[in-house]
Amino acid sequence: MAVGQRALEAAGFPRPGRLERVREWWEQEHVFGVGLILPALLLIVCLVAYPFGMAIYFSLSDYWVGSPGGFVGLENFRQIFQNEVFHRTVYNSFVFTSIAVVFKTLLGVWLAMLLYRTFKFKRLIRGVVLLPWVIPTALSTLAWWWMFDSLYSVVNWTGIRLGLIEAPGPNWLGMTSYAMTAVIAVNVWRGLPFFAIIVLAGLVSIPREYYEAAEVDGARSWGRFRHVTLPLLKPVLAVVILFSTIFTFADFNIVQVLTRGGPVNTTHLFATLAYQTGLQGGNLGQGAAISLFLFPMLAAVVFFQLRFIRRE
Amino acid sequence: MVVGVRSRGARLRSTAFGYANVIPFVAFALFPFYYMVITSLKKDAELYNLQSVPFLIQSGVITDHYRYLLFRTEFLTWMKNSLIISVVATSVSLVIAILAGYSLARLRYRGVNSFGTAVFITYLVPPTLLFLPLSQVVVWLGLSDSIWSLIVTYPTFLVPFSTWLLMGYFRTIPKEVEECALVDGATRLQTLTRIVLPMAIPGIVCVILFGFTLTWNEFTYALTFVSQTASKTAVVGVTADLIRGDIFYWGSLMAGAILASVPIVIVYVLFLDYYVSGLTAGAVKG
Repeated sequence: MAVGQRALEAAGFPRPGRLERVREWWEQEHVFGVGLILPALLLIVCLVAYPFGMAIYFSLSDYWVGSPGGFVGLENFRQIFQNEVFHRTVYNSFVFTSIAVVFKTLLGVWLAMLLYRTFKFKRLIRGVVLLPWVIPTALSTLAWWWMFDSLYSVVNWTGIRLGLIEAPGPNWLGMTSYAMTAVIAVNVWRGLPFFAIIVLAGLVSIPREYYEAAEVDGARSWGRFRHVTLPLLKPVLAVVILFSTIFTFADFNIVQVLTRGGPVNTTHLFATLAYQTGLQGGNLGQGAAISLFLFPMLAAVVFFQLRFIRRE
Repeated sequence: MVVGVRSRGARLRSTAFGYANVIPFVAFALFPFYYMVITSLKKDAELYNLQSVPFLIQSGVITDHYRYLLFRTEFLTWMKNSLIISVVATSVSLVIAILAGYSLARLRYRGVNSFGTAVFITYLVPPTLLFLPLSQVVVWLGLSDSIWSLIVTYPTFLVPFSTWLLMGYFRTIPKEVEECALVDGATRLQTLTRIVLPMAIPGIVCVILFGFTLTWNEFTYALTFVSQTASKTAVVGVTADLIRGDIFYWGSLMAGAILASVPIVIVYVLFLDYYVSGLTAGAVKG
């Protein structure tokens, strides 16, 4: 534009005013592009990147609620590594995440294949199945808490009547050997719809001809699943599993409502331990150090996702 | 064709098989909600009677638990707080995300790819990674114990998510339409607001729905940043404030859990298809 300015003026066009020039500057693709992304970028820098930096600083200082402490190097990490509760939390996190994700994957694929069939009330059934994912988790977990009550557990009541459990039944949330099972069950209940609906979308996108071709070749249903469905679902499955892994690993709601990490710390995850140490205990430095242990998992997931997307 | 020659019996068996397998899943998904409703309508005497059948209401339906909730707790204040927070945080995030999403999906300039990656990484950051430092940021901003602490922090997860979702929708709009508008003398901003946005309405509806749901359901920040009863959200209020020591409280607790879920259920029932499409678009494209 600027090149033609003199020619335009010579031809009798007036020099554009200040407003006009600002407008012209704004209309340039790179200016407009950066301008539009600026608010989002500002938000990310101020409320995500900066707090992340703070988390790192906290973890290296003896910062308590209400008293900004000084730099202590790796002292917090040294203390954490010596802490039995933290060892237990690391173990819990891996047990919780791996079992929950495996169950969600297996049941999710199975449910998606069921939903793929034509049903009379297809939309209704899908709507119902997705419900646990939509309702506030903290609130539905309250219902599970009541269902696992030490005295009036409906789970035990049913189990005893069906002859599956010996009376009086386990105290699900109060016994170290059962609490993790309960927490995982609730997580699977809540996360299953997410898997099923996305895998279902993946199934729908598989061309029907592939199945017909496989059928002509004499493939039985297992063969069709193994050689047609599974390979074509792989990209979708990879994305869902990565997603679910990071959010299961970082879970807070279910454990916080159901057990608060108990009994005897057998269900503590990084997030709940960080909450207990950092906010309830007031030791922000150590709390921040604990929650930073979520970062390697996040980094790994981001790495896989980005490589994965690039490949597509 | 081989596919077509299945007998009627085989087809019937296949349908029966489908139902037989899907019903356990439906029951599994629904039972906790059914149990919530049943519990909230039962008399205490029946709730805490080991001889009664927990699946049924045998001694009459009562509304005492709901009345207690509405008239003797701060429940309505919590609902109001949740509503304000959800509406404001979602609207602000929507505007920021429309601008960012359009910029990332459509405009070519230096750094656009790294910005896109930054938004994507933020999308994956779980709230539990940053809640401790954020709780201090909130204190420094002078917002602790007020609903503004949540209005300010919720966009941190809403904007990346919404931007990502909208990018997908913007990309489906043919570029020629925009080019035509630009050639006809529309400014870039006009092209965005008058041409692109009307065509991206389904995406915008999705963002509003998910924004509302995610903010209404949020628990970690809401529990951490607000401790004063009058500023709590519905989810945290019910979860943290309705439990009264050793007294039996399950009836009112379940009533609270139901009423606090009602807004989400209504929106969900009305816009089910958007949820499904948004869920798949958001995650699969991610």
